Amino acid sequence: MRSIPRARLPPLLRAIHDPPACLYVRGAAADDVLERPAVAIVGARACSPYGALVARTLGKELAAAGLVVVSGLARGIDGEAHRGALAAAGATVAVLGCGADRDYPAAHARLAAEIRATGLVVSEYPPGTEPAPWRFPARNRIIAGLCAATIVVEARERSGALITTDFALEEGREVLAVPGEITSPLSAGTNALLRLGATPVTCAQDVLELFGLTPAERQAPPVEGDATRILAALPATADELARATGMAAGAVAGALTALELAGLVHEAEGLYRAPPSTPGRQSVDRGFA
Amino acid sequence: MLARSVTHALVGLEPRRVEVEAHLGGGLPAFAIVGLVDRAVQEAKHRIRSGVASALLPWPDGKITVNLAPAQLRKEGSSFDLAIALAILGAARLIPPDRLHEHAAVGELALDGRIRPVGGVLAVAEGSTRAGIDRLLCAPECASEAALAGVEPIPVRHLAEVVAYLRGEVELEWTPNGNGTIPPRPALDLADVRGQERARRALEIAAAGRHNLLLAGPPGTGKTMLARRLPSILPPLAPAEALEATRIHSVAGLTSREHPLLTDPPLRAPHHSASTAAIVGGGPTARLGEATLAHHGVLLLDELPEFQRPALEALRQPLEDGIVSIARVGGRATYPARFTVVATMNMCPCGARGDPALTCTCSQQRFSAFRDKLSRALLDRFDLVVTAPRPRATELAAAPGEASAAVRERVVAARGRLEAGALRRTSEAETLLSNAVERLPLSGRGRARVGRVARTIAALAGSDTVEAAHVAEALSYRSPKELELR
Repeated sequence: MRSIPRARLPPLLRAIHDPPACLYVRGAAADDVLERPAVAIVGARACSPYGALVARTLGKELAAAGLVVVSGLARGIDGEAHRGALAAAGATVAVLGCGADRDYPAAHARLAAEIRATGLVVSEYPPGTEPAPWRFPARNRIIAGLCAATIVVEARERSGALITTDFALEEGREVLAVPGEITSPLSAGTNALLRLGATPVTCAQDVLELFGLTPAERQAPPVEGDATRILAALPATADELARATGMAAGAVAGALTALELAGLVHEAEGLYRAPPSTPGRQSVDRGFA
Repeated sequence: MLARSVTHALVGLEPRRVEVEAHLGGGLPAFAIVGLVDRAVQEAKHRIRSGVASALLPWPDGKITVNLAPAQLRKEGSSFDLAIALAILGAARLIPPDRLHEHAAVGELALDGRIRPVGGVLAVAEGSTRAGIDRLLCAPECASEAALAGVEPIPVRHLAEVVAYLRGEVELEWTPNGNGTIPPRPALDLADVRGQERARRALEIAAAGRHNLLLAGPPGTGKTMLARRLPSILPPLAPAEALEATRIHSVAGLTSREHPLLTDPPLRAPHHSASTAAIVGGGPTARLGEATLAHHGVLLLDELPEFQRPALEALRQPLEDGIVSIARVGGRATYPARFTVVATMNMCPCGARGDPALTCTCSQQRFSAFRDKLSRALLDRFDLVVTAPRPRATELAAAPGEASAAVRERVVAARGRLEAGALRRTSEAETLLSNAVERLPLSGRGRARVGRVARTIAALAGSDTVEAAHVAEALSYRSPKELELR
């Protein structure tokens, strides 16, 4: 456990109107990770499989491109964003609303240990501080303060994640939101942000453009025959795929496993989806952006 | 004067020869039954006295002592009534005692002298065959069941009829009824299930390879409907299996009179409120549990997480060894219990998870408690786990699915290939499996399970080797990450 006094805080964080007096830092990464270009990925704790997939994919691709992924170690979107960054062997920072020596939530104790092994766990509260409801909004100001941009993946109408975006907007930072179904209460908050003028995120590239970065090189695994037909019919359940492609249920199951192993398909609660920005499914002309 | 008759007591499912000795001596009229008998056997005194009177026979004067040998064996139930009555009548020389040696007897007496059917007649008849006694006196309702053991059943309706028969005054013969008809196949057919292609495929694999199957998904997607149709695609029982299953059902008093022989695999579906003793057997009388009744068949556990945890954990032994052993005061009873489990579950307590139209309202605590019911060790016993999502309306309007008979043919063929020899994995299949173990959360046991399922899939495909495609399909039936306990 180390501490960084206010005078030596990263410039972005020092610039907010009430920077913390001191930042307690725990983890293997050097303190200057906090000064690298960072993006916050925040959202609902009780997220949908869609939100979890998007958070993890964004965390992975942004970290792979060199951004530091900052989040709050909460269940749901936060945890998935951290996991994505770890999967890409990228840098990730968890900002806690309690002492940095505490594992909160307890279910994320292992995730916290993994973050400490390569990244940082930070808090403005001295070691031993208990988690308390009023500390989390204050924690959110640090998440927003550390980052040049804040992405909200899924949020209900009065979600804590929207507090983070309020802080980001107050400080003039970029706010981005992931569009969701207009019928889903879990996307009500993010869709409202979009209506107010937040930048929509449809793939990692949308975020990287802000930072002037290019996506990490990744070779598209070869896709052929049945697999192409399956990818074209997503998102769908295995049964719908069998009917849409006319393949036998067993053949669909085998092809789906191959696609899953190649990282081209994700399954949650019986529904198969292509992760955002799967190569080969990108046909949008970005020329005018 | 002394006379002996023969019957059999059941220890678990095993018949033990019991000799009923009746001694008629001088002294004040008295009636005693000895030989470690329970209350039901003691009460036989009253039934026998009334029964003998109803048969218009004189009750012997003097002191009657009845001994059930061997004396150290505990005897329970009412099936000894007939043998005791016959021994007494033999001792009184109302029937020729030597005729008793050619017959075994089993049955309960009614107060009016009628012979009532009892459970476990098949096991008793098998005991008689083994003891070299080829005729069994029993109620007419039990006759066709007794005949399965190769013994000649003598159907007797009334005590007076038994006496007349043993005196040689009437001939009694059993004619097989039902004129050899085969009991109808259960009416449940897979054709009733529309859509759910993936779950149907998993059901077929489960049937072919005797794999345990877990169907997860929101309520109303046809999970239970599918599970109940598993027996309809299983091949009929082999003769030895049929006899074993029938013996079990007979002891539990569940056989039908017309078609006592169970030719189809049984389906048992205990309610989720069932106690541990109800599921694996036990209790003061070491009764048979659902696990044993499902022997050679299917045990359906509907709403798996709603079952009491001790009851589920108790199932681990039969799932591993195919037997249940129950320790009780009088020693240890071991019953066969080799079955295929089909279980269904919702994906969360409120049932909304997995249904795109609904939002789950379960709290994290409630959800965790729900998942904690299922231990890793229990989930590991399911070779196939399938998530059945809610079908769209168009699916339900679709044409009916394939009928059970067609699926059963493929299952029978695949079983033949599986028994014929070990199917080997090709090197591509081996590579895929190793890659998958690295990429996916698969334990060592998980890898073995995938290997087994892949073998069954290869057998269903009529292949001589296990190809990569078969392994890929098998991998898709591993437990989904929502069920992983973190």
